[in-house]
Amino acid sequence: MMVNTLDVESLKVIVFQLADKEYAIPVSQVQGIEKTMHITRVPKTPRYVKGVINLRGVVTPIIDLRERFDLDISSDNESTRIIIISLDEMEVGFIVDAANDVMDIPKESIEPQPEVVGSLEEEFISGVAKVGKRLLILLHLDKVLNTLK
Amino acid sequence: MDTNQYLEVFIDESKEHLQSCSESLLELEKNPNDLAIVNDIFRNAHTLKGMSATMGFEDLADLTHKMENVLDAIRNEKIKVTPEILDVVFESVDHLEEMVNDIASGGDGKKDVSATVESLKKIELGEVLTRSITNNEVAATTNVEPAVLLEYDDFELTVIQQSQEQDFNTYEISVHLREDCLLKAARVYMVFELLEKLGDVIKSSPSVEKLEEEQFDNDFYIAFITKEPAEDIEKKLLKVSEVDRVIVQPVDFQVLNQAMLGTVETPQVEQAVVEQPQQQVAKKESVDAPAAKKTPAKNGGGHATSKTIRVNIERLDILMNLFEELVIDRGRLQSIASELNHSELNETVERMSRISGDLQNIILTMRMVPVETVFNRFPKMVRQLTRELNKKVNLEIIGAETELDRTVIDEIGDPLVHLIRNGLDHGVESPEVRRAKGKPEEGTIVLRAYHSGNHVFIELEDDGAGINREKVLSKAISKGVVTPEVAASMTDNQVNELILSSGFSTADVISDVSGRGVGLDVVKSTIESLGGNITIESTEGKGSLFSIQLPLTLSIISVMLVEIEKEIYAIPLSSIIETSIIRSSDIMNAHNQKVIDFRGKVVPLVFLDEIFEVPRNEAVDEEFHSVVIVRKGEKMAGLVVDSFIGQQEIVLKALGNYLTNVFAISGATILGNGKVALIVDCNALIK
Repeated sequence: MMVNTLDVESLKVIVFQLADKEYAIPVSQVQGIEKTMHITRVPKTPRYVKGVINLRGVVTPIIDLRERFDLDISSDNESTRIIIISLDEMEVGFIVDAANDVMDIPKESIEPQPEVVGSLEEEFISGVAKVGKRLLILLHLDKVLNTLK
Repeated sequence: MDTNQYLEVFIDESKEHLQSCSESLLELEKNPNDLAIVNDIFRNAHTLKGMSATMGFEDLADLTHKMENVLDAIRNEKIKVTPEILDVVFESVDHLEEMVNDIASGGDGKKDVSATVESLKKIELGEVLTRSITNNEVAATTNVEPAVLLEYDDFELTVIQQSQEQDFNTYEISVHLREDCLLKAARVYMVFELLEKLGDVIKSSPSVEKLEEEQFDNDFYIAFITKEPAEDIEKKLLKVSEVDRVIVQPVDFQVLNQAMLGTVETPQVEQAVVEQPQQQVAKKESVDAPAAKKTPAKNGGGHATSKTIRVNIERLDILMNLFEELVIDRGRLQSIASELNHSELNETVERMSRISGDLQNIILTMRMVPVETVFNRFPKMVRQLTRELNKKVNLEIIGAETELDRTVIDEIGDPLVHLIRNGLDHGVESPEVRRAKGKPEEGTIVLRAYHSGNHVFIELEDDGAGINREKVLSKAISKGVVTPEVAASMTDNQVNELILSSGFSTADVISDVSGRGVGLDVVKSTIESLGGNITIESTEGKGSLFSIQLPLTLSIISVMLVEIEKEIYAIPLSSIIETSIIRSSDIMNAHNQKVIDFRGKVVPLVFLDEIFEVPRNEAVDEEFHSVVIVRKGEKMAGLVVDSFIGQQEIVLKALGNYLTNVFAISGATILGNGKVALIVDCNALIK
């Protein structure tokens, strides 16, 4: 999926913030960005599954990406957002520190090189893109979601 | 012409036309001389032909055309209806259905049907199939047999024969009520009550139901067995008010038997003519209307037409979702209104709440569909299977108007097909065996649907061989489903349920129809996945009863909301026995398991806060505990919660594809305040 998106001239992505790094998800996989709301805890699920929310009548599971990537957990504040993504008929929300931007990444600026980051979340990364002074980490959504099973 | 936009409508309508064709054909089989039915089928076929030609499905149009030719010949009385001809027409309709289904799944609707076309051509050319001639002759003889007022099936004939052997008299009684009789049903009741004191009524024409609904003119006929002399009966009956004339005439079994032998192929003809004069007139009138109508108005063979429009189920789902959002906003509005305490605002909010409540009911009932949509394909299936299996089976359908949620309807079809096939193959015996056992040759399968409380029951009852305990057990042991030790201690019901386990088949001869050992276990799992269950009752030699219990709807259930710390959970009312408050001192320990004595039974306690790992700010040590007693079959458990909130109807939601198999949680719902509450799966908590 991610490999295919690399073939196009440029990739439209949503850029969001987790701790001190910027990540990107293709717009095509994003359903919407929500402010934080009440989350109902679901017992006996992995630590990073925060629970479920009522997203306009649809019960949607929420994953805290900060916990998923073992990052420092900052408490929720005004800029905290839930990014709703859709993949293989699954709808899941990611808690992120902030949703920063929507931008086009030129194809040639994407390097499928995760070593640059060299941290724990390595397996979830499909590539990195340098846009100006910013370093964007492209996420491998399949892997972020699938390891639960 | 771009026809794509019409494709969906075409498929839907074709299916409807074919369905009403099948129904009419079954009707025609019972009343082969009723040309009004032929006209009905002809019109349906003609419309179908027109539509498929317009849409460019040549094969479909062509086969319909050939079938139409045959129907036209029957309509113009060039050929007589025989079972052989009907077989071929049925076959054609089957082919047409396959073609339409192919088109629906994106195919081009092409199919090789040359054999059927050949047969249709033969019929059209008048190449009479051998059996038909004799049938016609027999039919003719019955029509000139005036001595017998009623028609009897095998069973009734046997009863008459046996009672004659025991010196009972059989009479046919014709009762004529006064023309100005106002309470016909009451008079009928009085007549029957009187007769039942004197002997036994074996049959009436019209049927008792029709008599009770006053669906007759002024005459009705009764077959009656008694030891009383005819004159006495006549005198006694005349004493009933408003009875004008009574004729009691004795009948002889020999005469009856001869008369009935001839009518085997054409039962009910006479009766149908007597009972449905109005319907026939209506049908004849509608024949004059142009055959190919452009509007999709249906005139499906005698069914009452209601004004309907087609709505995609997806739109209803969207409507439902939107409505739920409205409910959530309504909740917010209510809390704002109560804070502001503004009388006009309060009034408006209250009225809005009422209206949205009504709206909710309407939206939910919109999703309800009569089970008829599933049941109506069975008569044809049974007819076909009985021919393949060389059995005689009568399928009776009761309660087809019972409504179920659309999602349940979509799933329930296949399990029922399996069960009916199973009943036909393993349940009902062959005519020879049945005769040897003293049963009527024709077996009966009753398919029944009805509402009861929050559930819908679908039952399949046959009067066949029943389940042989020994045979099932030895099979189960040989297949390794149970051990001999366990088998010995099993109750009959448990043994019956073994036939639903996977890898099980007791048929000695593996037939085409069933006996591959897959099927019944699929039935069980499908029904359980719908939140229902299936039980089997069976008496060997007498028959079996498969009873399926289903929730009325998958989307709305009644729950009890409970609170644990700050979290709210929903417990389905269907598994709750009662709620109670217990003292800490009443809790006992048994094998490291806390239990209570509940009405003389030892019930294990399940502390939901521990199971669900609810974060507590401070440990609670209260003297009283709120307990919800739940059950799963015979077993019970007490769920300990912090407090009860109350009972509520909730909309059932899945947790989504990401969170599957969460322990002891079967789903979620959205509460009035917009928050999500989880639904407790009691079955998982009871070991």
